[in-house]
Amino acid sequence: MGLSLDLREQNLKTIEEIKSAIEAAVPGAGVEIAANPSPSGQVSLRVEPSHALAVAKFLRDDADLKLDYLSNVTGVDWPESLEAVYHLYSVEKKHGPVVLRMHTVNRSDQVELPSLTPIWRSAEFQEREIFDLYGIVFTGHPDLRRLLMWDGFKDHPMRRDYVDPDDFEYEPTAHDEVLKRAKSHKDRDQGSGNREQMAGTA
Amino acid sequence: MILAETKAKELEGWNRQAVIEPKGDGELLEVAMGPHHPSTHGVFRMDVALDGERVIRLKPVFGYLHRNHEKIAEGISYLGSMPYTDRLDYICPITNNWAYALAVEKLTGQEVPERAEYLRVILGELTRYQNHASSIGFLIQEMGASGTPLMYAFREREKILDLFEELTGARMMVNYMRFGGCRVDASPGWLDRTRKVVAGLAAFVDEFERLLAGNEILMARTQGVGVLRPDLAVNAGVTGPMLRASGVNYDIRKVDGYGIYNRFKFRVPLGDHGDVYDRFMIRLLEMRESIGILEQALKEIPVGPVMSPTAKLRGFRPKPGEAYGRIEAPKGELGFYLISDGGPNPYRYRVRPPSLINLTVLEDMCLGHDIADVVLIFGSVDIVLGEVDR
Repeated sequence: MGLSLDLREQNLKTIEEIKSAIEAAVPGAGVEIAANPSPSGQVSLRVEPSHALAVAKFLRDDADLKLDYLSNVTGVDWPESLEAVYHLYSVEKKHGPVVLRMHTVNRSDQVELPSLTPIWRSAEFQEREIFDLYGIVFTGHPDLRRLLMWDGFKDHPMRRDYVDPDDFEYEPTAHDEVLKRAKSHKDRDQGSGNREQMAGTA
Repeated sequence: MILAETKAKELEGWNRQAVIEPKGDGELLEVAMGPHHPSTHGVFRMDVALDGERVIRLKPVFGYLHRNHEKIAEGISYLGSMPYTDRLDYICPITNNWAYALAVEKLTGQEVPERAEYLRVILGELTRYQNHASSIGFLIQEMGASGTPLMYAFREREKILDLFEELTGARMMVNYMRFGGCRVDASPGWLDRTRKVVAGLAAFVDEFERLLAGNEILMARTQGVGVLRPDLAVNAGVTGPMLRASGVNYDIRKVDGYGIYNRFKFRVPLGDHGDVYDRFMIRLLEMRESIGILEQALKEIPVGPVMSPTAKLRGFRPKPGEAYGRIEAPKGELGFYLISDGGPNPYRYRVRPPSLINLTVLEDMCLGHDIADVVLIFGSVDIVLGEVDR
């Protein structure tokens, strides 16, 4: 009780069947099953980014799957790479979720992933949010701009190594701890924030 | 004029409703509606390009209320985020609590006792009722009926908030649910008072409907305005009353049957046209269905514990893994996606905000309409900025 039915009870194919269906439809898709030891049992499919668009199109249009509704897109920051996770449901067949994941090559210079907005429009704002907060560049997105932070902002706040810039510690008369902290990284490259405003403080 | 210069052909092929071009006989004007426009329900901005009074481009601008809720949640314990979820959609704190509790319960495989499930349904449906009432009130307010319908709705909401206050100690920031149950039990007196309030709810819906549904001005302003095609609605991830107003039968209470919803008899109202009037009407009809669910739940509620004896409150560390839990919140699908690395804090905590994703199609609905209709179309989406920006 309280838990949703697993895939089998919903008359949806098992994850292995979905995997082989994808491999039959998109040769060389490189689909792997990512285990999930949690009791939720939501196992996911890891897809090669180069084939992701074709796989997504297959999942949306296949007569048995009909995953026409992309519910949720999540960015995750792992130690070696960034990841985008897509939760798919079917409005027509009322089943799901099928979870798709894609990894970037690393966290620094190769952070491109293909955008799935052409397949599911609901990714439009969510991919913009991930671009904004994690720095994953979604190639093929029609309007890839920052969503929540302002346009001049340079860093990606949801990354685990993100450090707040000093202007968030701004006090009109900085003293004690705040003054010490501001002085200690006065020369650090301020990824974002308003440096002119900071110049007069410490 | 940057916005007005985006060409229609650049925007084609992205699952959009038809993009329109200016007629070219008038002056183009670009207006920033908001962030302090009274109709934006908070701090939200729409950059609108106008050809005369007709909207030819519209871009929503977010982030004025951004506080990085997800980052904060990664730094505190699982339970520590529970009161913070109240602040997402602050009109419906109970359903936010519920979605989060459901996701964590999926992550850990925690069971919930019967009585707690019933209490969740009762509070969740009261929340849906008061959300829809006030959302209709706000919509009519934006149409120019200053005050009266909104105050009628708020009078009703007040009764429900009084019940919340008595049970949880707070009118809005309730912090009521726990992983594996609810924080406090409801007294028999509270249940009696709730029954009394619920008995009066149907009369209010009748009154509200009589007052509004046949009103000529309301019909003239809303019928045929802001039409959303069902295929676009599904593709753009629109959920909740907005999706059903477009005629798509998708209610997560029916589809997932989470909690104990599959025990109750209720219908899923569907719209025909997907315009502002349908969205208004769907909310009225859903209020009626909520009353039906409330009556059944209040009749059947068993006695027993409200907290599972196996629930772990101290030293709560889910095993590594992940879970996505979702519910039918009054505004649409509210989901929480959690990744645990075995530690006391979530490794990743993601909120799937219905308010933000329902705005994806705002431009599509507004194109070609007058600027005065933008306010109505936007009002009919029913958003709360605390959830849009998180």
